[in-house]
Amino acid sequence: MAELTTLRSAVAAHIHDGDVVAMEGFTHLIPFAAGHEVIRQGRRNLTLVRMTPDIIYDQMIGAGCARRLVFSWGGNPGVGSLHRLRDAVEHDWPAPLELEEHGHGALANAYVAGASNLPFAVLRAYAGSDLPKYNHRIKFVECPFTGEKLAAVPAVRPDVALIHAQKADRKGNVLLWGILGVQKEAVLAAKRAIVTVEEVVEDLNAWPNTCILPSWVLSAVCCVPGGAHPSYAHGYYDRDNRFYLAWDSISRTRETFQAWLDRHILRTADFEEFRRVLNERSPEGVR
Amino acid sequence: MTGAKDYNATEMMTVAASRLLHNGDVCFVGIGLPSAAANLARRTHAPEIVLIYESGPIGAKPRVLPLSIGDGDLAETADTVVSTSEIFRYWLQGGRVTIGFLGAAQIDRFANINTTVIGNYARPTIRLPGAGGAPEIASCAGRVVLVLRQSPRTFAPKLDFITSVGHLTGGDARERLGLPGKGPVAVVTDLCLMAPDAVTKELTVTHLHPGITREQVREATGWDLHFAPTVEQTAPPSPLELETLREMERATTAAHGPRPAGAA
Repeated sequence: MAELTTLRSAVAAHIHDGDVVAMEGFTHLIPFAAGHEVIRQGRRNLTLVRMTPDIIYDQMIGAGCARRLVFSWGGNPGVGSLHRLRDAVEHDWPAPLELEEHGHGALANAYVAGASNLPFAVLRAYAGSDLPKYNHRIKFVECPFTGEKLAAVPAVRPDVALIHAQKADRKGNVLLWGILGVQKEAVLAAKRAIVTVEEVVEDLNAWPNTCILPSWVLSAVCCVPGGAHPSYAHGYYDRDNRFYLAWDSISRTRETFQAWLDRHILRTADFEEFRRVLNERSPEGVR
Repeated sequence: MTGAKDYNATEMMTVAASRLLHNGDVCFVGIGLPSAAANLARRTHAPEIVLIYESGPIGAKPRVLPLSIGDGDLAETADTVVSTSEIFRYWLQGGRVTIGFLGAAQIDRFANINTTVIGNYARPTIRLPGAGGAPEIASCAGRVVLVLRQSPRTFAPKLDFITSVGHLTGGDARERLGLPGKGPVAVVTDLCLMAPDAVTKELTVTHLHPGITREQVREATGWDLHFAPTVEQTAPPSPLELETLREMERATTAAHGPRPAGAA
């Protein structure tokens, strides 16, 4: 059963240096509060898995948490580059970053394989692409029935999955809706799972077939309102597009990034204080 | 079609791309220029088109152009929203997508796409965002249309990295890979329309946008570009196309704020 606890305790208990960590949420419900807490607690040598690294991994890579990145699209959506990711790849700052890159379909399939307890995923792609030449974890297999040549990628089996969702009940059952990405797959593929939610309610009042993650597949549930900001939580708040734009200049140089990181994350106690500082001290145009 | 006179090159490109979509198509839409063109088609001549975004919305009818591939508006206006794994497994690989609409950082003469690196992979000069869903879309969509601005940098003689395959080395090279989709059937730029030659599969200019010369197109291409035996002129944007596009852009700016220059 999931423990209803604070994000600080959940990260301390379930995420260790060197872990394979998947923080999912496809543009929607990105677990930013959880990412900040991992930075605050100084985790190192993580393998970060995520289809779209987004600003959340740009922050964690710049803060020195990551040794390796497994991903399929590493841009700032609608804006341009992720400068901290690029600095790590192009100039080894703050540390070298090993890349394992895929297409979205392959990485989504790799999560499904992980959740299905299979060693690899099979798909019809990659023929003619250079990706298999540089990512040696993309192989080709022959269908035993038809002889067709198909691509194979290893299952993603994270030590920990972290996601953000809309609601939990007091037993720790979690409900999420809207764009779901591969969040359910990431949780079911992982050994441990932490979920932050917008609110804890008496009754989820959910229809059959809605996306529910039962308490018994989760390790911890933490109530962190606003925890997906600057991404969005459908039904709660919109995407803060201005923050995504502002991140381009905040993250562009090491100095501006470090000053931001120091003031907003390293010197704040939790996400609530982070939000307060962001509101008070934000650069022009950012909430 | 009566053409409007006062329009810019990006508008011409978006309008020309939108005309390649039709009612009955199921279009897997990339973000940015392809999304603008697909939504213009939906709001003008192809209201029945089904737009699929890789984040999960099927039959999306966004009220404004999405800034990200997973905007809430896409989910709220869709016929259904499925998981990202399902989009790629059941709907794209399952063979339901008739056309993929993609952007690219760089292409070559056989419409192969690079969105990974400029320079060496291990030590790149420029690290680009990477593949996204394009390798799978380029493999499995019935056919593919590429939309990108034309320059010697974007139309490269040789790609440093083939992220998503077009016609590979030309001729029957793609066919021999055994992929289910036909691959790129058109490239739409701010200067012209290109299509692969029926035999060699090399990109060939079929239409020049109004006022654009062969010389301009040659200068904006990194290889010795071929022209079809008969090169036609693209019809200029109609007043309806232009007004619909501009209204869509106005609504988008009102909703998201101004977009940064050079945004994807």
